[in-house]
Formats: sequence, C-alpha cells, structure tokens
Amino acid sequence: MADESHDITVEVNGASYRATVEARMLLSDFLRHELKLAGTHVGCEHGVCGACTVLLDGAPVRSCLMFAVQANGHELATIEGLASASGDLSPLQAAMHEHHGLQCGYCTPGILMTMTAFLRENNAPSENEVREALSGNLCRCTGYQNIVDAVLDAAGKIRAGAP
Amino acid sequence: MHRTRIMKPAPFRYIAVSSLDEALTLKAQHGDEARFLAGGQSLIPAMNFRLARPAVLIDINPLSELAGIDRPDGETIRVGAVTRYRALERDQAFLKACPLFADALPHIAHPQIRSRGTIGGNLSHADPASELPAVATAMRARMKIRSSKGERELEASEFFAGLLTTSLEPEEMLVEIAFPATKTRLGSCFMEVARRRGDFALAGVAAIVELNEEDQCTDVRLALCGVGETPVDASDAASSLVGQRCTDKAIEAVAAEVQKAIDPPSNVHASADYQRHIAGVLTRRAIATAHQRVVHG
Repeated sequence: MADESHDITVEVNGASYRATVEARMLLSDFLRHELKLAGTHVGCEHGVCGACTVLLDGAPVRSCLMFAVQANGHELATIEGLASASGDLSPLQAAMHEHHGLQCGYCTPGILMTMTAFLRENNAPSENEVREALSGNLCRCTGYQNIVDAVLDAAGKIRAGAP
Repeated sequence: MHRTRIMKPAPFRYIAVSSLDEALTLKAQHGDEARFLAGGQSLIPAMNFRLARPAVLIDINPLSELAGIDRPDGETIRVGAVTRYRALERDQAFLKACPLFADALPHIAHPQIRSRGTIGGNLSHADPASELPAVATAMRARMKIRSSKGERELEASEFFAGLLTTSLEPEEMLVEIAFPATKTRLGSCFMEVARRRGDFALAGVAAIVELNEEDQCTDVRLALCGVGETPVDASDAASSLVGQRCTDKAIEAVAAEVQKAIDPPSNVHASADYQRHIAGVLTRRAIATAHQRVVHG
C-alpha cells in the first residue's frame, strides 16, 4: 500500500500553514511534529483522555481522532493561541493559575481548550454543567475541584466583561 | 526537510469525495477493502490500535447533502447520516420532536466526541452497548440505504444483524434515518447505568408509552442496549401493559418479563446477573417516567 501524500492548508491560531502529509498522519502528530506546536499533548491516542483536545472551527475535538488531511481548509485553535500576543493570560488561564487548577500540567492544555469552548457557549454555568463539560478530560493529579473552581471564577470574570 | 515518521495507523489510500454518487461508486469498486469515514470516533481508535486496517478510506465528511435534519410532513423527521451529535443536541425543535434523543445524547461519550461523531456512523458501527441503536429500535426508525445500484429501506430491527454487524452489503451506505415525531399522549424516556459518565452502558433502556384518554396503554415500545449482541427489542415483554393503566404492579410485571427475556453477555465491569438486575430497575423507572411525562407533561 503506497503512502500517499496530500497537500493541505490549515489555519492554526490565525496563521496559515501549508504542508504535505501522509493520509495516515493524525492531526495531533501533525500539530506536534510538523508544526512544532507541542503544547497539544498526547495521552491515550484513542479518544479517552482528552489531553489532545483542540478547537476545530470553534468546536472541541480530539486531535488524535482526526487525520491531518481532514483539517484541510479548516480553522484550528490550540493552547498556543489562548494568551494574547503580548502574553496576557486569558481569563480562564488566569483563573487556573490563581486557583491552582493544575499540578503536573499534562492534561491542562486539553482542559483549557475544552472549557474555553464551553464558556463561549455558556458563561453562567452551574457547577454540575462545568463537571459535565469536563467529563471528557482526565486529570489524575488535582481531583478536579480546583479546576471546577477556576472555571466558575473565569465565568464570572467573563460575565463582568473580561476579554 | 527532515520528516518525522510517527504513524500509528497502517497506510491507506484516502479519498475525500465530493458527491454521494462518487462515494458509492468507490465503495462498489473496493467493497470490504474500503471503509466510509464519517466522524471516525470509533473507526480511528481502532485504526490507531491497528485493529482496523482498511486499504481505502472514503471520507464522506464533505457531503453536506448527508448532513441535516428535515421535517417534510411534520410527522416524520429525516436525519442525514453525517449529521453530528453536536448538531442534534443543539436543535431544540428536533429534541422536542424526538425527546428520546434529549435523554440519550448526553450519555454518548463526551462533548469532544459529540463534536465529530455522526448518527449514521454510530448506527452503522452497531455497537450493542451504544445508545442510539436502542433509541432507533424503540422508535421503529426507518433506515434509508443507498448503493450505486439503487436504494432500499429497512426498519431498525432488521438493520442490526449481530455484534458490530449490520445488514448493509459491502457496497451500501446508510444515508438517512427517518424517525416518527412524538405526539400527544405519547411519552418516552431513556436511562442507562455506566460506571462513569460517558462510558459504555452496562445496561440502558429506551421506553415509549402511548396512552388513551383513559390513561390506558395502547402501545408500549421497549429497547435495551448493553445486554445482547444487538440492541434488544423487548416490546413483547411489555405486551401485558397494553390495555392496562401504568400501575406500579403492572410496570413491575413488565420489568420481570424483561429480565427473563434478555441474556446479557457479562463483562469485566458487570456480571450477567448484575446487568439483568439493572435492566429490570431501569425498565421500571423508564416506563414510569415515560408515563409521568404523558400525564403530567
């Protein structure tokens, strides 16, 4: 079976990238090894852990469960694009910092991308809604409580007009 | 340029199609060697483990003609096979017309999976622990199937043929699913038990109850997931309810019949006895809730 190559153009965090990829290259590996955007982490590679979550046209997806070629012509957002160009943390990033919402940090990029998309749709969530939205991201350090506190705090700041 | 070679799936030929006809022609050419790629949320994990090694992947994601919800006559809801869970769970009119989906969709994996996964991919994968095959069976959904040679329709109960197996021929694709809209005096409920939110169900029950003006049952539909090789249509076990009111005693009798009718496979997380126990409890609660929803709205 020949390894076919495909030319793709993807927009990642507002920048356009062109690349030639094998069909079987996972989007997660493409981001990390081809674009050198290694902030997207890879955990289980079968869609369970959520560490590789990125936003595809604004919706959270597992980048280990897509081929890079499928992202052709689409917009991606990754952890590298969350802070402003001048380095100011997003309200959710700042809240995670303040509430100690991470320990080893391996799951954090996936959690930030998942909850960034969630807060865009619902900036006044209940604690249960936050936990439900977090259910697809495994964290083995924190016990989740501080993450939940951070998301609720960030929601309040976003409602109060934080960017 | 140095090329890193970190490849989990085996090599395959990838073809993103621009029309349904092109997809069906390719499938007719390649048969079992080819797989349709819809959401990929079951297929790609299997490929990452090399449990699945299709030679050709026909990507049908570009087919917008297969995505969307249509309600031609107000009584039937036609859902395109490449409609994503995310679109279904955000369509309030759809959830109102097919309230079993409002109960069942939140149980399907997690938000990230629901962003990609499709209804047609789910049903064609035919995982017996999955929610939607049971929902489709309970609702007597009609499956529209196409090939380059023609079209046919199957009822859900005929579509699911065995463990991870459907009645689809190698050259065929499930293109659309038709669901009857709910109506007054009809109530439904889906419930399941899983070890953690988003895990596969140890057992789940979809119940639909239709009542007359005297609150007697005129029709009861029951389908279970997680307790057999296919979704299990247990409506016959509920036949004693027809013509009766949904009293606790009558519902209890149905739950006992369901427990007798099923033959759960058992797994590392639940013995067959435990699955049978859960199936009984869920049957009782799902029928009672469906009944409550008719009577109290």
